[in-house]
Amino acid sequence: MKKEDVPQDLSSLGKVTKEVCYATDELGKYVTELSRGWDIKITALDTAWSDVELRIADAHQKVLNKQASPVLFFMEKGLMDIGILAGYTGFWKWQIKRHLKPNVFAKLPLKKLQRYAEVFNVSVDDIKNMTVHGT
Amino acid sequence: MELSFEHLQSAHCENGVTRSLLNNIGVSQITEPLAFGIGSGLFFVYIPLLKINNGPVIAFRVMPGLIFKRTCKALGIEIVRKKFSSKEKAKVFLDECLADGHPVGCQVGVYYLSYFPKEYRFHFNAHNLIVYGHNEDQYLISDPIMENTTILSDYELERVRFAKGTLAPNGQIYYPKIAEVVTDEQIRKGIITGIKKTANDMLSPMPILGVNGIRYTGNRIKKWRDSLGEKKSGLYLAQLVRMQEEIGTGGGGFRYIYAAFLQEAHAYNPVDELLEISKAFTQSGDLWRTAAVQAAGIFKGRIGTQHDFNVMGDYLLEIAEIERRAFVALSKINWKG
Repeated sequence: MKKEDVPQDLSSLGKVTKEVCYATDELGKYVTELSRGWDIKITALDTAWSDVELRIADAHQKVLNKQASPVLFFMEKGLMDIGILAGYTGFWKWQIKRHLKPNVFAKLPLKKLQRYAEVFNVSVDDIKNMTVHGT
Repeated sequence: MELSFEHLQSAHCENGVTRSLLNNIGVSQITEPLAFGIGSGLFFVYIPLLKINNGPVIAFRVMPGLIFKRTCKALGIEIVRKKFSSKEKAKVFLDECLADGHPVGCQVGVYYLSYFPKEYRFHFNAHNLIVYGHNEDQYLISDPIMENTTILSDYELERVRFAKGTLAPNGQIYYPKIAEVVTDEQIRKGIITGIKKTANDMLSPMPILGVNGIRYTGNRIKKWRDSLGEKKSGLYLAQLVRMQEEIGTGGGGFRYIYAAFLQEAHAYNPVDELLEISKAFTQSGDLWRTAAVQAAGIFKGRIGTQHDFNVMGDYLLEIAEIERRAFVALSKINWKG
């Protein structure tokens, strides 16, 4: 890539910091050049986010349909999978898989709910009611 | 308390941390490309069965921590590296390092990294930054991908040091133990060792590693449209592009940094082939970016026929061939002593 071809398409990161890119100068020697972002990367990130949004909406619907517990909704909202959630809550993966079932979730003791609440940064009531505050 | 420390911006976080920590102890010859090349940072692996952020694992670099470890080893610099199970002990150790005058590298997750834009905050745990001081309840942070230094509260730093999930950092902390004088001869030898290691990795017979891995990925991509469907194959391609371009790779999945490294290597080892082979990596980096443009056409939904997937896959086959030849040429260099 030539220095003058380093893309300068403003990305959300570009508003915070420019990124260092390596490119060649007129003599073919490598130099660094700052980039504000690249359209292609912005679209790749947008694609990933639109998938996240879909997964959250899908989880929301599943909870309303009583096919899943609110844990699924908050897990997707936190961009987590069962492994990551297990890491943060300290539950085993198999426990979380059970907690994803509405009937098991309904009987969860307050202590366990509090562990989820802490990780999702919401109150126990918010979890039960699938309430979201702000962003 | 603030240690005297010069913040340097780099393309990639671990290269940057390595370079900055070494510069800080007086090893000022080490640039980002040298750290990357001596540390044998270039790599490729595609693991179809392992998922990260709901997509396949595709890595263009070695495991976190290796670049720092290998570069220091090659230069004869002893390092300290620690992981912790206790958050309290991790903080105590960090504070002791700072009190002893050592700026330190920390592996962190980016999900809770408050100074990153929200759009970039996925559960990605292979980020690295330097802590170089502590004032009241704030740590002074030099994050190599940022233009300027930044800060994290005690709580924020603890949270990112103990991020969970794949490659969880477990508070990992590292720094060069004592300042050493590094000679040009050591760098020269480190370059040769680094190149040999990378050539060996990239020419590995394993089907998912190195050049074979790139070819394998190219062939898989051609099948994605049928096996995954349009939506999922678009997501997988977006994941490929993000790994290749997004996480501070300097462009072209680190290929440009590697090309820059080979040019710098030539200054220490005046072997003419290095400059020619450097050009092959520029060509490969350019092709990776052309492939990214093709991939974006697909995940934007602008194109998406089987032919478009074939073109995408063929780019990777072409890249694999260019890189295979380049690494074979590198492994055959006669270093003259």
